[in-house]
Formats: sequence, structure tokens, C-alpha cells
Amino acid sequence: MTATPEVSAPQHVVANPALGTWMSVADGSVVVQVGKVELGQGILTALAQIAADALELPVTAVRMRAAHTADGPDEGLTAGSLSVLQAGPALRHVGAVVRALTGGPGGDLSSYVARIAGLDPATDLRAVTPAAPARASAVGRSEARLDLPDKVLGRPRYLADLRPEGLRHGRVLRPAVPGATLADLAHVDLPGVKVVRDGSFVGVVGPRESDVDTALARLAAAATWSDGSSLPDEDDLSAWLRSGPHEEIAVLDEGGPVTPTHHASYSKPFLAHASIAPSCAMARWTTGQTGDRLHVWSHSQGIHALRDAITSALGLGEGVVTVEHVENAGCYGHNAADDAAFDAVLLARATPGSPVLTRWSRSDELTWGPLSPPMTATLGADLVGGRIRGWSHDVWSLGHTSRPGYAGAPGLLAAGHRADPSPVPPPTDPPLAAGGGTTRNSVPIYAVGPRRVTGHRRTMTPLRTSAMRALGAYLNVFAIESFMDELALSAGADPVAFRLAHLDDPRAAHVVRRAADLGGWGRPLPDDTGRGIGFARYKDKGAWCAVVAEVAVDHEVRVRRLTVVADLGLVVNPDGARNQLEGGATQATSWTTTERVRFDRRRITSDDWETYPILGFAAAPLVSVELVDSAAPSVGAGEAAQGPTAAAIANAVHHALGVRVRDLPLNADAVVRAIESTE
Amino acid sequence: MTPTTRLCVNGETVDVAASEDTPLLTVLRDELGLVGSRFGCGQGLCGACFVLLDGVAVPSCQTPVSQASASSGVVTVEGLPEGGTPHPVQAALLEGQAAQCGFCISGIVVRAAALLSTNPAPSADEVAEALEHNLCRCGVQRRIIDAVVSAGSAR
Ligand code: FES
Ligand code: FES
Repeated sequence: MTATPEVSAPQHVVANPALGTWMSVADGSVVVQVGKVELGQGILTALAQIAADALELPVTAVRMRAAHTADGPDEGLTAGSLSVLQAGPALRHVGAVVRALTGGPGGDLSSYVARIAGLDPATDLRAVTPAAPARASAVGRSEARLDLPDKVLGRPRYLADLRPEGLRHGRVLRPAVPGATLADLAHVDLPGVKVVRDGSFVGVVGPRESDVDTALARLAAAATWSDGSSLPDEDDLSAWLRSGPHEEIAVLDEGGPVTPTHHASYSKPFLAHASIAPSCAMARWTTGQTGDRLHVWSHSQGIHALRDAITSALGLGEGVVTVEHVENAGCYGHNAADDAAFDAVLLARATPGSPVLTRWSRSDELTWGPLSPPMTATLGADLVGGRIRGWSHDVWSLGHTSRPGYAGAPGLLAAGHRADPSPVPPPTDPPLAAGGGTTRNSVPIYAVGPRRVTGHRRTMTPLRTSAMRALGAYLNVFAIESFMDELALSAGADPVAFRLAHLDDPRAAHVVRRAADLGGWGRPLPDDTGRGIGFARYKDKGAWCAVVAEVAVDHEVRVRRLTVVADLGLVVNPDGARNQLEGGATQATSWTTTERVRFDRRRITSDDWETYPILGFAAAPLVSVELVDSAAPSVGAGEAAQGPTAAAIANAVHHALGVRVRDLPLNADAVVRAIESTE
Repeated sequence: MTPTTRLCVNGETVDVAASEDTPLLTVLRDELGLVGSRFGCGQGLCGACFVLLDGVAVPSCQTPVSQASASSGVVTVEGLPEGGTPHPVQAALLEGQAAQCGFCISGIVVRAAALLSTNPAPSADEVAEALEHNLCRCGVQRRIIDAVVSAGSAR
């Protein structure tokens, strides 16, 4: 269809201009398809609300279909708290075009749906003048999540629940240690399963799960691996990060201080995604007269990039690979979803015609999935008459993304293990315009005089790192907001008043003030209990979020209460946004007080829930959330609270005990070390 | 030839082709199609696979099918609703929208149902303690605790 663009359409409509890509009708319902995927954040419900309003239909008349590379829109990654910002305007435009072409919902529901069904799927959405924006009806209401009944009632919903005809189960044997190659695989008799080997990639496929599990254990015993890479000293990661080689990231230089009067360094360790389900995928390879076809079911955050990575890793033609999204447990960034998909593909290729469901082990999930990078930052400032007059921020990290295709290579784990390997390139960072990685949120929001902000990305690592919720913002905000408290103390000022004195942005000042009020700022507390605040505007252009933490320190660090105030602009689903902020703050409490990937010089040793503990039920803080009432454009909630929560906890510990912990995790040992170092 | 094991699941007697050391979770998911019990770790450490065995919540990934066969019966998350009505814990979780990805939820429903059967109106601390062997990575712990408390006090 040829059409001259007449109307200005949202970016995702320009990229996906055919009506049928977004909308169709089946069984009397309008089926809406987006490129964003459900990770447990409730995105499909929020987008159903937007689509329903745009069409002037009740939410119950809309059905959301999971993302699909063959016939759905390509909306890039589901990441960076951008989903509503990107998919929302697209759906509003699609709905307005549909209303323009059908005359809107006059008459009964079924006749309107029938008129929608009659539209040409090839209609160019850029060439139709949309109807006037519809009134918000579902948007702004706390609609119940569409996916929760299945999940709460235990119905099939997740990838591992797929049970197609002829299903085979697959498992992969990962090298004994990072960097090792397969030196020898002794022959073992394994009835009922097929062994697939390609260089150092070893997998097994069979009809019965217990058989493939047994076979995997026997293959592990039969394998001899070369020595792997040597790993850094887990107790001296900051020095390792600072030793380079680096790629320098010049964020800002306004002539900030070179030898500031105040300075301090902060750090975080490697962290794991630690999804409750191990990664999983299904693939079916079929060979027919029209050539090979590969269908992949994956919980990837970027199914189109995954499709392209698989295509290039195997040298396939365009149009051979289709990827569709199926949910798995919550994922908080780039976890092993894509790697599991390629594992399934390699096993499916060896067993043509059969769908192969491949699931990782818990241990592989915690040790072979991409990790959140360790980071360290040194901040400096000059204080003049109680005000900050000059600021410097240097941050060292490994790269925050190694997503498929990111560095021009497939970036799939097993592709690096094959006989003809396509190694996974070193992690890099998203561009600064997309928020950066190492340097995300490294520029203080405060009026601090001339600033100098530099990132230093260590380019060599034996352990793969990639995006995890908030990326570098977690450490950078922890550092900035801890440092603000240290400076307030030096200036003899109250931490809240000190922040407000340096804030020009009224939306920022509002959330700080509200969080302090609601969090009981200044009110008396029991012994050994402290209160602290942390604040940031995520990615400098996203949500404003302030957190007040109340922490008791006895023989443990107990985060009792978190008060979160966030300005998200217009909120599509208030309860969903609260759930995201509660979850984000609770997960950040776990990162901050509990988590650390452990390793010796050869291998990661934190490979189960005992060696990589996460916050349990009894330790989970009470979280209260207030959302600022706003009609400004929507920004995401999922990554706003992590950095502020970490800083609020550290500041509360200082308030309780008078000691400053700058190296995470902030557990009882860290507190004891901090007390000893001040004695 | 795979031996056959007889067990009672959700009130029905079934024969399954599985050697006696096969984990109950594998039998439930692969032989019986009861995929509501989830695989999270296979090591008894996350609670995603909890089922009731003689009324007690146990990790089905660590329970050999022979043990299930010797019990008076297994109840899975699918067996908790009565006459099509969700179990009070399920209803309360939905009411409170107390889930994100939901992968942890089946095991939590099972553990909380066991708690309510012995302690019909637990406090928040009692619920938290009962859920000590369940993990939730999405950070929904407090909503879940509140929902279970309300399921108890609603009775
Ligand atoms: S899967 Fe059984 S306890 Fe984790
Ligand atoms: S809701 Fe995702 S693990 Fe609990």
C-alpha cells in the first residue's frame, strides 16, 4: 500500500504502520497486540486500559495478545520504564484511527466490533486523520490485572507449562567454570535420550523429564573441562574495577573541583537477577518443501532482537525465525531468557519436528545468567557557607548491557560454546541519550555549582554482566544521596532541609517534602533505630521518587518501614503503579541489605538460595506509597525506587548508630566493620 | 518397563508410570498435567512447588512419588477451590492484587491454606513466619501477608 504520510503519528506507529499489526477481531473481542511484554509488572493490563479508552470500548471487550515477531509490532525492548511512554501514544493513535474509519462506537457493541472487523488490516495508520482524543474512562482506574486469575488459581500460564503434542524436554551442560572448554566427553550409554554436542556445547533431549535430568548428571560426570578464566578477588572489587583497561565516558565537565575538600567512595558488589523461575524456552525446527522454519517461545524482553540474533548466529535467511513471547517468572532486566532460547534452538535443530522445552537449573541461573555489574564511585564537593559549590563524580563499572545484538554480535551464551564460536562480546553501556548504564543518574539533580562527572567502564571481565533494574542508577543514587547526607552533617544542616535548599525543581521538592512528612521526619524514635531519606529523578527525565526508611539495627539490619512518594505524571493504573513501587523498594531492600554474588578465583560459589539469599517474608519492610496527582505525561514506576531506597537505608543506619556504611551490602558485618574503623 | 505407582491427588486416585524415586513435582506436572505446582529450584529452598501431603505443606520437588503414594493424599493448588469457588486465600490475593509475576503464588497459596487450617485467624507476624520457606523475588511480600491475614479474618 502506498500512502503519503499526512498526519504526525507516534514513533511506534511510524515504525509499525499497518493497522493489522496492532489490532484484529476474534470471537467478538478486539484483539490488541503490542510489542511490549508482560514481566509481572502489569503492562498488558495498563495497555488494555489505554486501548479500551482509545477505542471507546469497555476493557472487557479488549483482549491482549502476547508479542509476536511474525505479525505484531516491533516495539524494541521492554525495559527502561518506557513501556507506557512508548506503547501508550501508539495505541491512542490506533484507536483514534479506528474510530475515524468506523464512525466510533455508535449502536450496540457487537455492531461496532463488526465494523472494526471489517477494516482492512493493511490500512496505513499514518495516512488517516485520527478522530479527536477519547475521554479517559479506564485510564486512571485501578483495573484488576488481567493475568492474575491464572496465576493465583494455578492455571497454565508460564513457558514451562506449555505441553504441545510430541513435546521433548531439553537440558544443557554448562562448562564447569567460566571460560572453560570441553576437553573430553567420555562415552556414556544413555537410553531414551539424544545427546547433542557442538564444540563445548553439550545438551540432551528426550521425551521424559526425569530421563533428561538423569542423563545430564551422567554427562556432567563424563565431561573433562579445561581450566577457565581467573576471577578477581571478591573482597577487592573496587580496586579491580579501577585498574582498567577502561573506556572513559565524559558525561559533563563544567570545571568541577579537582581536589575537593570533601570526598567519599561507595561500592556495590555483583548481584544476580535471581528470578524465582529458572530461564526456559521452547523451540521447534521444521524442515519442509518451503525450507526450514524455526519457531521459538521465549520470555525475552526483546523478541525481535532475539530473532535477529538467532538468525545471525546460525546464518539463517530472513523470515525463517519467528519468536513469540510467553511469560515466565519476573525478570528485572537482561537475565538468561535469551540464552535459554538459543539453547532450545540448538537442541530443536538436532531433533527436527519436535518442540523442545529447555529449562535451566537453579544453579546455572544463578551462575551463568548475566549479572548486575559491580560498581564503585568517588564523589567530591566543596562546601562554602553551608552550601555546595562544586561537585565531582567518578564512577567505575563493568558494562550494563550485553543484550542480543547490542555489540554487533549475537551475544548468546551457547553461541560462544559452539565448535565454530561466536563469542559473547564484552558488555557495553546503552548510549547516554538512552540514560547510559555506568553513568545513569550520575549527574546530581541539585544546584551544586560547577560539576564534573565521568564514567570509567572496565572493558575486560571474565564474568558477563548486563542490565538489571535501574542499571547504574542504583549505585549512583546510593552514592549521591549518601554523600548529600554526609555533606549536610558537615554543614550542620538537617538532611531534608539541606536537600531542599539545593533543589530548584518544584516537583522534586514536593516529593522530598511529602516523604519527610509522611515518614515522620524529626519525630522521636526508639533506641538503635534511625530514619533516613533518599531521593532521585530516575534517568534525569523519568519519575521523581523520594523514600524515607526507618531502620532498626540490633544484631541485624532490619528495615522496618519505607515511605515512598513518587510523581509519575498521569498514572494509568494507580494500584499497579503502587505495586511496582512497593516491589521495587522491597527488592532494593533485599539488594541493599542481603545480596552479593560470591566467588573464588575460579567459579561463582553462590549457586543456590542458601548461598545467594534474598529477603524473606519476615524481613520485608512495611511499604506505604503515595502517588502525586498529576496529568503530566506518564513515566514508568518500575525503576524509580531502587537508588533512593538504598540511600535511605544507609542514611537511616547512620542516624541510628552514627556510622557510615559505604560498601554494600549493608548487613550486620558491614556495620561492625564501620564501627571498628571509626574506633 | 516403568513401574506404576498409585496415589491420590486432589481426591482422585491415579496410577502413574514413574519409578518410585521420581520427584512428585515431575509426576504432577508431566504425567498428570497439573502444572500449577511450579519448578523454582528443585532443591526444597523456594516453596514454588509446595503441595499438601496429609494436610502439611511440603516441597513436591523433594518428595519422592513413593512417599506421596504412602500418604493419605496430595492436594495441589488446583485442588484448593471448592465447588468452583476459589480458596479464601486465593480470593484474598486477587482482591488485594497481591502478585506481580505470580510464579511464587501457587506455593504461597498452598502454605497459607495449611496455616489457616490450623490457625484460622493468624496475625501478620504468624503469616510471615509460616511463609519463611517461600520466596518472592518481585517484592510482593507485604501485600501477600496482608491478603492472607484478611483471608483469615474474613472467615
Ligand atoms: S522448586 Fe521445590 S522448593 Fe523450589
Ligand atoms: S510475584 Fe514474582 S516472585 Fe512473587
